[in-house]
Amino acid sequence: MTVGMALMNEELQNQLSRQGVVLTTVQELYNWGRKNSLWPLQFGLACCAIEMIAASMARFDMARFGAEVFRPSPRQADLMIVSGTVTKKMAPQVVRLYNQMPEPKYVIAMGACAICGGPFRDGYNVLRGIDLYLPVDVYIPGCPPRPEALLDGLIALQKKIAAQRLTGAGRPRHLDANAPGEFPVPEYGAHDLVGPRLPAAEET
Amino acid sequence: MHTLEQIMARVTAALPGVRLEVIPNASPANQASLLLDHEHAREIAKFLRDDPDLRFDYASNATGVDWPEKTVKEKVKVKKIIDGVEKEAEELAERKTPGFLEAVYHLYSMALGQGPLILRLRTGNRTDRVALPSLTPIWRSCEFQEREIFDLFGIEFQGHPDLRRLLMWDNFADHPMRKDYAPADHQEAKP
Amino acid sequence: MIAPPPQLSAPGIGDSVGHDLLEVSLGPHHPSTHGVFRMDVVLDGETVVKLTPVFGYLHRNHEKIAEKNSYLASIPYTDRLDYMCSMTNNWAYVLSVEKLAGLAVPERAEYLRVIVAELTRLFNHACLAGFLLQDMGALGTPMMYAFREREKILDLFESLSGSRMMCNYMRFGGCRCDLPAGWLEQAAKVAADFAPFLDQFEALLSENEILRARCEGVGVLPRDLAVNAGVTGPGLRASGVNYDIRKVDQYGVYSRFKFRVPLGGRGDVFDRYMVRILEMRESLRILDQALRDLPAGAILNPRVKLRNLRPKAGEAYGRIEAPKGELGFYLISDGGPAPYRYRVRPPSLVNLTVLEDMCLGHAIADVVIILGSIDIVLGEVDR
Repeated sequence: MTVGMALMNEELQNQLSRQGVVLTTVQELYNWGRKNSLWPLQFGLACCAIEMIAASMARFDMARFGAEVFRPSPRQADLMIVSGTVTKKMAPQVVRLYNQMPEPKYVIAMGACAICGGPFRDGYNVLRGIDLYLPVDVYIPGCPPRPEALLDGLIALQKKIAAQRLTGAGRPRHLDANAPGEFPVPEYGAHDLVGPRLPAAEET
Repeated sequence: MHTLEQIMARVTAALPGVRLEVIPNASPANQASLLLDHEHAREIAKFLRDDPDLRFDYASNATGVDWPEKTVKEKVKVKKIIDGVEKEAEELAERKTPGFLEAVYHLYSMALGQGPLILRLRTGNRTDRVALPSLTPIWRSCEFQEREIFDLFGIEFQGHPDLRRLLMWDNFADHPMRKDYAPADHQEAKP
Repeated sequence: MIAPPPQLSAPGIGDSVGHDLLEVSLGPHHPSTHGVFRMDVVLDGETVVKLTPVFGYLHRNHEKIAEKNSYLASIPYTDRLDYMCSMTNNWAYVLSVEKLAGLAVPERAEYLRVIVAELTRLFNHACLAGFLLQDMGALGTPMMYAFREREKILDLFESLSGSRMMCNYMRFGGCRCDLPAGWLEQAAKVAADFAPFLDQFEALLSENEILRARCEGVGVLPRDLAVNAGVTGPGLRASGVNYDIRKVDQYGVYSRFKFRVPLGGRGDVFDRYMVRILEMRESLRILDQALRDLPAGAILNPRVKLRNLRPKAGEAYGRIEAPKGELGFYLISDGGPAPYRYRVRPPSLVNLTVLEDMCLGHAIADVVIILGSIDIVLGEVDR
């Protein structure tokens, strides 16, 4: 049974559930369904991808958190785990893949390279972080982060999704007709990538 | 196992007219190399590969090196007129050693288990005379490695079957491994 | 035979229906390309008529960065070359610097290097079999088994060096740290358990009729082409060429161990798979001998100045038999704290020279398997 109240009293909720009555809000139910079945895109760039694969293997088992189904096609994925260094040559492809994912979609920047360029920051072909072109939801530091760290980041993302309000200013992009779902794809220039970058993440 | 001098003697005996030079190596590794001239490079390479006593059938590594122009300050003796008398004096003179690009090849023999034999080829300068003969027709293992040298250093290998950039995108205009390359967007990392 | 550059959509081939060639870009985002690797394949129906590899999607400028770093600071970067096998990458680099600067290595350190290198070879080849079977459609099971064994060896590496993957373990003139208590017994147990795992793995796979049908006769690499194209590692030995750098150069203390070099007869995908299985068994033999004979003593040459190493001006090329082939480092020193030229000779890149030759005339499904059998890691191909 759902009720249309904005926020439930947690104490009351727990008491009732112990007696076999489940009360929830539309928001909780909606977000619960979304966060417990995130389908990651089968997308690994470099070393962090091996730890991502290890996280999906028997010892660490990402399936426990609902994120087992890695989809090769972006059209079927919700979550892009950018695991590894994003080079300038690869950046247009990464943005294009993100644009092809249907909403709601999330990005986890896994590893130092995806966050800020990492140890390869000074390279002429290295992009200093994927947040120059894509909005990132969770950053997982490490080089590479342990599989447990990736699971921790996944849980953080799940908490973030659970806390999203469905109406009002902070609503997610797929419920907001004005929010952009696609981002401009950079192009290869003669000396560097050319194209607009995300304003929030200019280099410091 | 042949020493470098023995190999050099064998090559010059079989192919008269080639110009070879030994480039010494001061490190304890003791891996001296042979500098080849451009017009006979492929002939020498073929001989090294096919001669039954040498059989260098495997080119393991092909790499480029950038040697920019250097200004060397040297003391030179000059005759000067000092207080009306001609004397010999020492003066600090500047000499420019010309810059060039270099391709270095490491050869081994799988058949006879010997190596490494190191070959070097040098370009005329770093600007307009940057062509070198390609050794890909002799050892196919140089195919991608010479493309990489072209991409990152700018050496044009003549006779290469498919010379285009390997790692950077096709309309990239610079040769990033050169010593004077400065990246377009950022310089040194800030501490 | 090197084909001319590709044409975009050639005109119709000429039968009454009039069909065109299809150009497909496999990658850089593809489940089976082992990383960000791209192949532009031109197909006639399902048959490959042209294949052009495209590199550079993971070009991280390691060589340029190394020209600004000290020699010591480049060791963690070598971990990230072939990111599955950090120990052997470390070894190739420190071997080259030791050649360049004329540094000696204590005996215990040499044995430790052999032990960790052979453990690396074990899980590299097991994971390769897992990935290859994954590409063939055995979705997950062999890979899960292989990764389970890998986790046991990663536990050993983590207790030894502090990190699962990027171990940063070797130094010029030895190794960074000595074995913790109980490590030797645990390593012996892992090695002892690996042999029955291999038996189980083989029983599951080697006689499997799907694997045989898909791998035998596919992607044949002739001997002479393999040598001329610079193919090294298990791919070369599967084509029948007896060249294992551990036996040829006898670097480290490999001359003290008895082990055989498996060779293949036909050079097809199945031979490349089988050579790796046999090499794993030989690695277990080396491991048994090394664990048994490990001497006591120092693990680092006390005379080496690690932090401000300035080798005399000169150059050196050092190479080892990495799990993927010949991994070499060419270093030129100008007497300064950073190398003048730092070059990685990548086995995966040179092994890919013959990718097109092996794929022509096969179906596109075979391209994926042939690529898998070459065993590439993009961190090494693109550096």
